[in-house]
Amino acid sequence: MAHHEVDHVSGVTTTGHEWDGIKELNNPLPRWWLYVFYATIVWSFGYFLVYPSWPTLTGYTKGLLGYSQREAALTAVAEGAAARLQAGQGLADATLETIQGDPKLLEFAMANGKAAFGDNCAPCHGSGATGSKGYPNLQDDDWLWGGSLDAIHQTITVGIRSTHEESRISDMPAFGRDGLLERDQIKAVASYVRSLSGLPVPEGADLATGGTVYAENCASCHGEKGEGMAEMGAPNLADAIWLYGSDEKTVVETITNARRGVMPAWDGRLDPVTVKSLAVYVHALGGGS
Amino acid sequence: MSLEEGAYVAFLGLLSFVCLLIAGKAVDPVMGFHAFLGAVFSAGGVFLIVKSHLDDQGEVAPQEIDGKPNYNFGPVKFGTIAALVWGIAGFLVGVIIATQLAYPALNLDLPWTTFGRLRPLHTSAVIFAFGGNVLLATSFYVVQRTCRARMPGKVTPWFIILGYNAFIVIAGTGYLFGATQGKEYAEPEWYADLWLTIVWVVYLFAFLATLWKRKEPHIYVANWFYLAFIVTIAMLHLVNNATIPVSVFGIKSYIVWSGVQDAMVQWWYGHNAVGFFLTAGFLAIMYYFVPKQAGRPVYSYRLSIVHFWALIFLYIWAGPHHLHYTALPEWASTLGMTFSIILWMPSWGGMINGLMTLSGAWDKLRTDPVLRMMVVSIAFYGMSTFEGPLMSVKAVNSLSHYTDWTIGHVHSGALGWVAYISFGAIYCLVPWLWNRKQLYSLKLVDWHFWVSTLGIVLYISAMWVAGIMQGLMWRAYTELGFLQYSFIETVEAMHPYYLIRALGGVLFLLGSLVMAYNIYMTIRFGEAEEAAAGRVALAPAE
Repeated sequence: MAHHEVDHVSGVTTTGHEWDGIKELNNPLPRWWLYVFYATIVWSFGYFLVYPSWPTLTGYTKGLLGYSQREAALTAVAEGAAARLQAGQGLADATLETIQGDPKLLEFAMANGKAAFGDNCAPCHGSGATGSKGYPNLQDDDWLWGGSLDAIHQTITVGIRSTHEESRISDMPAFGRDGLLERDQIKAVASYVRSLSGLPVPEGADLATGGTVYAENCASCHGEKGEGMAEMGAPNLADAIWLYGSDEKTVVETITNARRGVMPAWDGRLDPVTVKSLAVYVHALGGGS
Repeated sequence: MSLEEGAYVAFLGLLSFVCLLIAGKAVDPVMGFHAFLGAVFSAGGVFLIVKSHLDDQGEVAPQEIDGKPNYNFGPVKFGTIAALVWGIAGFLVGVIIATQLAYPALNLDLPWTTFGRLRPLHTSAVIFAFGGNVLLATSFYVVQRTCRARMPGKVTPWFIILGYNAFIVIAGTGYLFGATQGKEYAEPEWYADLWLTIVWVVYLFAFLATLWKRKEPHIYVANWFYLAFIVTIAMLHLVNNATIPVSVFGIKSYIVWSGVQDAMVQWWYGHNAVGFFLTAGFLAIMYYFVPKQAGRPVYSYRLSIVHFWALIFLYIWAGPHHLHYTALPEWASTLGMTFSIILWMPSWGGMINGLMTLSGAWDKLRTDPVLRMMVVSIAFYGMSTFEGPLMSVKAVNSLSHYTDWTIGHVHSGALGWVAYISFGAIYCLVPWLWNRKQLYSLKLVDWHFWVSTLGIVLYISAMWVAGIMQGLMWRAYTELGFLQYSFIETVEAMHPYYLIRALGGVLFLLGSLVMAYNIYMTIRFGEAEEAAAGRVALAPAE
C-alpha cells in the first residue's frame, strides 16, 4: 500500500491508487451483501442435492427427491385427460341427439366444443364464428353441406375437398377458364343469378339468355329457383347470403374460375369426443337446423 | 508510409479486389449488393489512409505534449456521434414495430417492412449499433485516460470504429433484404461475422496494447470490465457463428450445431451477450463516469474485485434458464437456474458500488441532471438484475416464459440501465471531447430525463401487466378441464397494453431527440473552455 490517504467526507482510507482523478475507498464488503451471496450458494447446493442437476459420465445426478420434470408433466397431462374423460363419461357412446337432450352431457360438450373451436376453427371462421369472405358464417342458417347435427358432424369429421377418403367433394366447373361458357353468357347468367335474390341488374341485361344458360348449366346443382342443394354442397343463390360477395364483378369471377374452398378433415387430428362436441357446439351457435 | 499504414492499405486493397470478384460472381442479389458495398468501403479506407498520409506528410502524432499525454480522441468523437444517430434510428424502428404489434396492417404487406425483418433491425440497432458505439467510444476514452497513454497506431483506432460501423451497415441492410441466419442477436450472415471477427481482434489487441503502454502502476477497474467484455464477446461470437457457407458467392450458410445443442449454444451466446456486452461493458462505463461526475471516490475497491470475478465466473453458466421446459435436459436447466440465483449478489455488487459512490454527493442529484440520469440507470440495473434471477426460477418461468413479461424485463434493463448510463456518459463526454465549458442546456437534459423516464415506466408496467395476464390466461382451465381462453382471445386482451407500450416508446424516442438537439447545440455553439483549464488533452494526471 502506497500511503493511507483518508477521504474527508467518509473518514475511510483510500487504496492510494488514482486514475485520472478517480480514487477508491477501502470499504469492506457490505455484510448483508456477503451473507445473501453465501445464502444463495447454500440454497443452490441444497437444490443440487434434491433435484436433477449435474451431468455425470453416464447420465446425470437424479437428486434425493427423485423428481423428474418430464414425468411430472406427463402425469399431469394424463390426470387431466382422465378427469375430462370422467366428466365427459357417456359422451363417447351417446348419439348427438342424446347429448343435446342431456343437460350434463350438453354442458360438457359445449365446454369442450368452445375450447376446441377457439384453437382449431377460429383462425378461419373467426372467434365469434361469424366467418369472413370465403369462410362461412356459422351463426346464420345458411349451410353449404347441411345444418343438421349429423351433417355438421360429418363435415367436421371428413372436411371439404380435404385429403380424407370420404371427404365432402363437389367441383363447380370453372365455366370461363375451361371454355364452357362465352364471356357474354357468363355476364348474362351472372345478372340472372343476381336477379334470383332480388338484386338489381344492369340496364339491358339479357335475363332471357341468362335464364337459359342457368337452366342448362346451373340448375342441376343449385336448383331451378336457385334454392341450392346441401347434398352437393351447392349454395342457395336466392337468399341474401354470399360467401364471396354478391356484386356483379365477384359473381362473374366465381362463375369464370369457380371457388372450391377447402376445409381440413378433423378425423384423426381431434379425438372423436371432441369432434362430437364441436358438432354440438357449432349447431348450438344459432344456425343449427 | 509507415508499416502500419502500408499493412492496412495492402489488406484493404486486397479485400476491395476480393469483394469486387465476389460481387461479380454473386449467386444472389443481396450478396452482390453487400460485396459491392464491401468493395466501396475498403476502397474508401485505402483512400482515407493515403489522404491522411499526404496531409500530415508522414508525421507521427507525439505520444506526449509538454509532458502530458496526447490522447487520440478523433475516433471517440466519431463513436459518440454514431451512437446518437444509430440510437435514434433504433428507437424509431422500435416504435414502428411496437405499433405494428397493435395494428398488424402497418406491416404494409411488404417483405421489407414486416415485423419479422424490422424486429432484428431494432434489436441490432439499439444493442450493437447504439450500445456498441457507446462501448467503443467510451472504452477508447477511458482506457487512454486511466492509463495515461495514447492508443497505439494511427490507422488502428479508426479501423476499429469505422470497420465496426461498416459491419452495422452490412448487418442492418441484410435484415431488410432478408439475409439472416435466424439466430437471435446473431442474425448477420457468415461474411458479416467474418468481418466483425477481424475488427474485434484488432480491437482486443489495440486495447491490450494501450494497457501495456500505461503510465499508471495499476489497471483501473473499468478496464477489467472492458477487457472481460471484449474477450468474452470474441469467444461467444466465434462459437455461436460457427457456420459453413453454401458458397462464398452467396449469403446462405448452415450452422454446425444442431438440435438442442444449437439451442444451448445460442442461449449461452444470447445470455452472455446480455452479461458481457450489456452488463460488463456498461459497468465499465459506470465505474469511470459516475465517480468522475460525482467527484467522489469509488465506494469499495474490495467489492469491485469480488463482484467482478464473481460476475465473470457465474454469468457464463446462466444461459440454460432461457430454455426451461424445452428439450434441454432437466439437469442443465437446473444448473442454469441455480447459477442465475447465485448471480444476484455479484450483479448487485455493481449497483452498490455505483450508488454508494454517491455518498457525500447526494445533493448533486438536485442540480446535476446528468448525474441523476446515471444514478437512475444504476437503480434500473439493480431492479432488472433482481428480476432476472427471479424469472430464472422454474416455477416463475413457467408463467413468464414466452409472455411479454420477458419483453418488459429486457426493456427495463435496456432503456433504464443501458440507454440511461449511455446517455449519461455521452452528456459527460461531449463537453470534454469538444472542449466546451458545459452542455448547451441542463434544462433540456432535465426534460430528456423526465420525458423518457415516463416512457420507460409506461413501457415496463404495461408489459408487466400484459405479460402476467397473458401467462395467466394461457394456463387458465375451466372446471371441466378445458383451456378457458383460445390463443386469439389472449391476443385481443393484449391490445390496450400494446398501445401503452408504443406510447412509452414514443416518449423515449422524443427524449432522445431532445438530447440530439442539445448535443448539436453544445458542439456547434457551446462556449469553448479556456485552454489552460482544458480537460481534454491537458488534464493534470495527479
